Amino acid sequence: MARRNPSMSGGSAEAPVALALGAARRTVARFPLHVAIIGLMVLWSVPTIALLVSSFREPTAIASSGWWNAIKEPFDLTVGNYQSVLEKQGMARAFVNSIIITVPSTVLVILVAALAAYAFAWMKFPARNLLFLLMVALLVVPVQMTLIPVLRLYTDVTVDAELPLLGGRIFGTSSYVGIWVAHTAYGLPFAIYLLRNFFGSLPRDLFESAYLDGASDVGVFFRIVLPLSMPAISALAIFQFLWVWNDLLVALILLGDPTLAPMTLKITSLVSSFGTNYQVLTAAAFISMALPLFIFFALQRYFVQGILAGAVKG
Amino acid sequence: MLGRRWWTPWLWLAPALALLGVFLVYPVVDTLRRSFLDERSKNFVGLDNYRFIIDNPQPLVSDTHSALLNNVMWLTLFTAITVSLGLIIAVLAGRVRYEAVAKSAIFIPMAISFVAASVIWRFMYEFNSDIGTANAAVTSLGGDATAWLQNTNAPQTWLTDAGPDTLPRPIQINNLALVMVGVWMWTGFAMIVLSAGLKGISTEVLEAARVDGANEWQIFWRVIIPIMSPTIVVVATTLVIQGLKKFDLVWVMTGGRFKTDVVATLFYKEAFRIGDFGVGAALAVVLLLWVLPIMVISIRRFQFQEETR
Amino acid sequence: MARVNFDHVTKRFDNVVAVNDFSLEIPDREFLALVGPSGCGKSTTLRLLAGLEEISEGDIYIGDRLVNNVAAKDRDIAMVFQSYALYPHMSVYDNMAFGLSLRKLPKEDIGHRVHEAAQILGIEDLLKRKPRQLSGGQRQRVALGRAIVRDPAAFLLDEPLSNLDAKLRVQTRAELSKLHQRLGATFIYVTHDQVEAMTMATRIAVMNEGLLQQVGAPQELYDWPDNVFVAGFIGSPSMNFFEAKVAGSQEGMHLDTGIFRVPVPASRVNDLLSYLGKEIIFGIRPENICDPECQPASADAAPVTAQVDVTELMGSEVFLHLVAGGKLFMARVDPRTRARPGQEIRVEFDMGHMHAFDPQTEEAIRSKEKGQPSRGQAG
Ligand SMILES: Nc1ncnc2c1ncn2[C@@H]1O[C@H](COP(=O)(O)OP(=O)(O)OP(=O)(O)O)[C@@H](O)[C@H]1O
Ligand SMILES: [Mg+2]
Repeated sequence: MARRNPSMSGGSAEAPVALALGAARRTVARFPLHVAIIGLMVLWSVPTIALLVSSFREPTAIASSGWWNAIKEPFDLTVGNYQSVLEKQGMARAFVNSIIITVPSTVLVILVAALAAYAFAWMKFPARNLLFLLMVALLVVPVQMTLIPVLRLYTDVTVDAELPLLGGRIFGTSSYVGIWVAHTAYGLPFAIYLLRNFFGSLPRDLFESAYLDGASDVGVFFRIVLPLSMPAISALAIFQFLWVWNDLLVALILLGDPTLAPMTLKITSLVSSFGTNYQVLTAAAFISMALPLFIFFALQRYFVQGILAGAVKG
Repeated sequence: MLGRRWWTPWLWLAPALALLGVFLVYPVVDTLRRSFLDERSKNFVGLDNYRFIIDNPQPLVSDTHSALLNNVMWLTLFTAITVSLGLIIAVLAGRVRYEAVAKSAIFIPMAISFVAASVIWRFMYEFNSDIGTANAAVTSLGGDATAWLQNTNAPQTWLTDAGPDTLPRPIQINNLALVMVGVWMWTGFAMIVLSAGLKGISTEVLEAARVDGANEWQIFWRVIIPIMSPTIVVVATTLVIQGLKKFDLVWVMTGGRFKTDVVATLFYKEAFRIGDFGVGAALAVVLLLWVLPIMVISIRRFQFQEETR
Repeated sequence: MARVNFDHVTKRFDNVVAVNDFSLEIPDREFLALVGPSGCGKSTTLRLLAGLEEISEGDIYIGDRLVNNVAAKDRDIAMVFQSYALYPHMSVYDNMAFGLSLRKLPKEDIGHRVHEAAQILGIEDLLKRKPRQLSGGQRQRVALGRAIVRDPAAFLLDEPLSNLDAKLRVQTRAELSKLHQRLGATFIYVTHDQVEAMTMATRIAVMNEGLLQQVGAPQELYDWPDNVFVAGFIGSPSMNFFEAKVAGSQEGMHLDTGIFRVPVPASRVNDLLSYLGKEIIFGIRPENICDPECQPASADAAPVTAQVDVTELMGSEVFLHLVAGGKLFMARVDPRTRARPGQEIRVEFDMGHMHAFDPQTEEAIRSKEKGQPSRGQAG
């Protein structure tokens, strides 16, 4: 440093002091930053912590004192709420059902939406923007508005078959396929919107280079677009997974068969058969949160890296 | 691209078009048709159902005016707060070592099932300050407890001991309390999408700005925000629409009582409780119309993106 | 094999005509440099050939095949982009192997070809890295390598050196020339740096505002520019232009600029005969203006006095910025010159190398039998 820039050498004795001062100043300057972040973290966690603490309390305790009292003495915590959820007949099956319903719905949405988003972002065809906007506009349609017409349609086209893997029915009400398709459709407007935006921001040169390398649209889609879109796709996967996983309404209307019921349905039925014992919900909430949270942590690294770095010269 | 057949794009779009057609477009068309029919969807009644919404003849059963006003409040307040918080957290959390922990804390509410969340928020907003966290916090700071979900007064009347009620109607304490629940649940969404956009900004751009002498504040407003604007628009649009069709939260927390109804809950009440399908359908159509201005804005933006990439 | 033929090609974007009635034949194995100022349509021409843009009018042939409607991937062409366009999620090896694996080549074959290309370019050590872990020069090599492994009929290069430092540029320039000889493929090279074009190309095509101005060997363009644009664009520093009147008679013809008078050499009198008494644009390159004190005068030397404004020492030569009668012009002289700013000096115009252009058409004034370089067709 000093050799390259002789005018600096005079100050070299002071450098360590200045450096230490600078570090200290930076720490002080960053103090409000930490306060802000930690403040928000605490604020956001209070309801969750309240839920967590309540899930370990007796129903009478929940109804008579605030959750913060449980952290004081005497500790009267219980795992009773968790027991009553886990011991419920068919809860394991419901957990499996939730997975069977959620995973294909999530994969399907990403696939169908990505195909459409690719066409919207990188192909030219008449009325492209208009069609895209109409699709996005469908975001505004409330699901409860569509359920009656869809249910009527489903009862007309229900296809029975001895296929235990698909829940005894190929399509229609009380079939896995039926609910996969429905969840996929409801998730599409947002998914197309998000992915089209992301695809549209990828550098054009990459696509053209791949076309010249001999890639077809399918090749570009699977080997360039999808790998590069992992941040957007993993974010979308998390949202769609959560929305389907926590869905009650669609399952309630379209899944009549209790053996196919997901956890949300099972848990709600638990509550009603116990009367208004909402405390089991608190335990159920944590049990059903486990898997989505695991997925969130598994995918988190994808939004943390800037994957496009180095693609094109600055 | 050359050599692409004219029907190739349609092939790529076909699955999406088919699904959307059956599950969303067909119900919308069906609803549109029913909005011109009577409550049993038998006879044509012209614009009667829409007149009902405008005239608000039964304010005690279904207060259409307050529902419309509440919708405005939801889509502005809810969107503004959620987007700003999401952006602030996305930007700030990126600068500390515990980024992952901070983001997880904000994200977790999204993972809690809605039914469970509503249970805990009812306890948070409980009037009895021995049980209700919010009132416990307020009273321990020397304030007065309030019935968060029932109080239809404007916030300043409570803060200033029943001073003049000047804010417009929808800014009610209970509405704000509901919006805060929505914000709590959706900030994680905004944060994640915005973080993804933020990670896409090349560090060279930020370094260039720093070398040019910009401080962090200027970098945020003059570099990060403009580069992020497409992502911000995606998030804001999604949240506006969420705010617009907000149903579950209001339905579970208050059932639309105490003037907290929004258009979606009123639609549900009319269609499935009161049994007037015509008015219900008309309310749903009104909900759909709100999206038009959003579309006009988006159309411009996408043309712009086309030109600049 | 890879003869490329543009036949009256036009490309319009909405209201911009990016390429205008462009006709050019590029024989196999040629190294053609496409030069011109920014925005003149060089990249667009290349993209039309690559199949990345649709042609508005005209035809493009590769070999004998009409490719107007052939998809980019079926044209057997490789392109090195202005931005390199490396696939950021793939290693250097995978970037280079991508095109081959799409063509379903056997694994060993791919490995062999990638390693061979990497060896040619000296990037064998980088094969496992991702593009973001490379320097600009290394990325440029990878982009080249990606084209080389494909063994295409033609290479299209869009300003591939614009991101490199001066030294690396000179070095890569030489390497590219060698590569061209070694591969024996057609190279079409876009640049706005005419030094690059002069040093590497077998022929240069000059474009301006979408129009092809002139095609020819570098020396040909330098010696016989077809018009004022080409004359000014090729050569550095660029040619000096003066408005001048052709005066005198067939025996004693001279040019009168109003500032100075210079004789027309006998060899050029015939060309200018029809302009006697009329205005022309007179052009002379800075290297054809010399300081008589340190250089023996040539046969056609004509003295002109001028004021020295600025001197730029370039090492082996000096650029003199001169002013005469309010008109600025440049001379490129021997570094031993004693000219200093503010001085009045006498320089000599080597009229044997004069250029003359019609002021209306800006075309060169030149008699037919001068071996005029043909325009638009392979020389
Ligand atoms: N997609 C497009 N839409 C509209 N106009 C375009 C498009 N691409 C290029 N042009 C216009 O066509 C003209 C030629 O552009 P081109 O990129 O070929 O220039 P260039 O010679 O490569 O310039 P440079 O040396 O700066 O790269 C420019 O005026 C440009 O604005
Ligand atoms: Mg260019």
